[in-house]
Amino acid sequence: MAPDMLLALLWKALLQTAHMVAVAGIIGSIIGLPIGVFLATSNKGELFPAPALNKIVGAIVNAARSTPFIILVVAIIPFTRLIAGTSIGTAAAIVPLTIATIPFVARLIESSIREVDKGLIEAARAMGATPLQIVTKVLLAEARPGIVLGLTLTLVSLVGYSAMVGAVGGGGLGDLGIRYGYQRFMPEVMLAVVVVLIVVVQAIQSAGDGLARRFDKRTRKN
Amino acid sequence: MSNQTTAPAAGPTGTMVAFEGVTKRFGGANGQPAFTALDGVDLTVARGAITGIIGRSGAGKSTLIRLVNGLEKASSGRVVVDDIEVGGLSETGLRDLRRQIGMIFQHFNLLSSRTAFDNVALPLEIAGMNAKAIRDRVAPLLDLVGLGDKSGRYPAELSGGQKQRVGIARALATEPKLLLSDEATSALDPETTQSILELLKTINRDLGLTVLLITHEMEVVKTIASQVAVIDKGKIVESGRTFDVFTAPKHETTQSLLSASIGAKLPEWIRSDLKPAPAPGDRVLVRLVFFGETAFQPLTARLVAEIGPDVNILAGAIDEVAGEPFGSLVVSYSADPGTMERANRFYQQTGLTTEVLGYGA
Repeated sequence: MAPDMLLALLWKALLQTAHMVAVAGIIGSIIGLPIGVFLATSNKGELFPAPALNKIVGAIVNAARSTPFIILVVAIIPFTRLIAGTSIGTAAAIVPLTIATIPFVARLIESSIREVDKGLIEAARAMGATPLQIVTKVLLAEARPGIVLGLTLTLVSLVGYSAMVGAVGGGGLGDLGIRYGYQRFMPEVMLAVVVVLIVVVQAIQSAGDGLARRFDKRTRKN
Repeated sequence: MSNQTTAPAAGPTGTMVAFEGVTKRFGGANGQPAFTALDGVDLTVARGAITGIIGRSGAGKSTLIRLVNGLEKASSGRVVVDDIEVGGLSETGLRDLRRQIGMIFQHFNLLSSRTAFDNVALPLEIAGMNAKAIRDRVAPLLDLVGLGDKSGRYPAELSGGQKQRVGIARALATEPKLLLSDEATSALDPETTQSILELLKTINRDLGLTVLLITHEMEVVKTIASQVAVIDKGKIVESGRTFDVFTAPKHETTQSLLSASIGAKLPEWIRSDLKPAPAPGDRVLVRLVFFGETAFQPLTARLVAEIGPDVNILAGAIDEVAGEPFGSLVVSYSADPGTMERANRFYQQTGLTTEVLGYGA
């Protein structure tokens, strides 16, 4: 394949991947965040005690997480059609990607919040903080480095998942690699796709690590 | 405990906190036996004073102090803070009360993501104060605790003592009427402990703030508390003026807590040989306690004159309890009835407080 053609294909696929990962990542995080907060604060004796609902939400999250992504993509096609108006293409691919992101983010947020020292919650209660203030001013603030690392992991996983939505014509780098590199026997395309993916993942990880380090004041830095 | 009030008196000399028959049980659900952390506690905390509650770990002191700001709820009995019954408050009422009660903690509980300044600002943000008013309030508080130059530092960049100072400034931010101290110096070295205690004393004196502290360290109570209550297995076993309780401890818990800290401590090899009753030819070991009037009289010389040159001094110390001098001396002399009687007569005449520790060869 001519280099300029390959570049054009790569660029288009990169934009599609970026589009899918960004939209699914943002919407999934916005929905996953409150679910994660709820999971971390709704056991017996916690800020918003609702143990029964906690168990139900936890079970749904586990079910969603244990469904292989490629099966999820196919299984929710009617829902995808309802939301995106179609079941094929990049827009349609965003729906299963978002659905897969929500429980992933929820568990990551939950575990980050659970790592916050319980003494801080007690101190905030002793100051007369409302449960909501404790969540926003204490839990989310203190868990921020962990949350940033969790979201970084989410984006990296999404890049991987986005390669699978080629199955429903989602486009993107993974789709390019399969269709040209594998099905049309063009190893140079496959190689180029892998290189681009490595660079993308590296970039996401470095940015996330840097941001988390900036937020993390738990250890002395000199 | 005769100084209890059933209805707490108001006014500057009255009661800030009153526990009335307070019992707290944990667990007990699902057929498991309940654990009784507090068992019928009656106690009053005087307004404007520093009151110490001392006990071993697991005695119930943490639970007791958490009842004051409603972090724990009493199973039965009443907790009254400044004429308000804590148990009868709604969530909103409880939050209002908590904004009038500062609290400091053993492990400081500072937010690692906030600077010293922003940690002190937190209770003000929670109370809904605007940014300008917060700035005006926080800076003088950091000056008060001696951290005016550390305002932009994160907790990880501060020493333990500095962290606790931030904790104290934070506790004072909402201008509370009561400060609760939960083992605030237990994670600090002795020198830093003294400086934090000095700071608490200054705050108590200058701001007229009532302080209720719990600790397992006798040193802490001895240094700053004018009133003390001793708690053991969920019960207050002794309470009163610190000086009175510490110089004449009545309950064995107080005595054993004190023996490690106040006055003369006997070496182990002497203590382990002590017998509860004398054998012929044995010597008696007596602890003499000097305070008030007797602290300044040359009583040892007179004791020697009274019972002969056979007096042996085994241990001695001069100490200060709640700002008053206090001395203790362990002596031994022959346990024969004649000598014992002469000595006892001398103690009665002089009003010396004595305690027979035991008998030995």
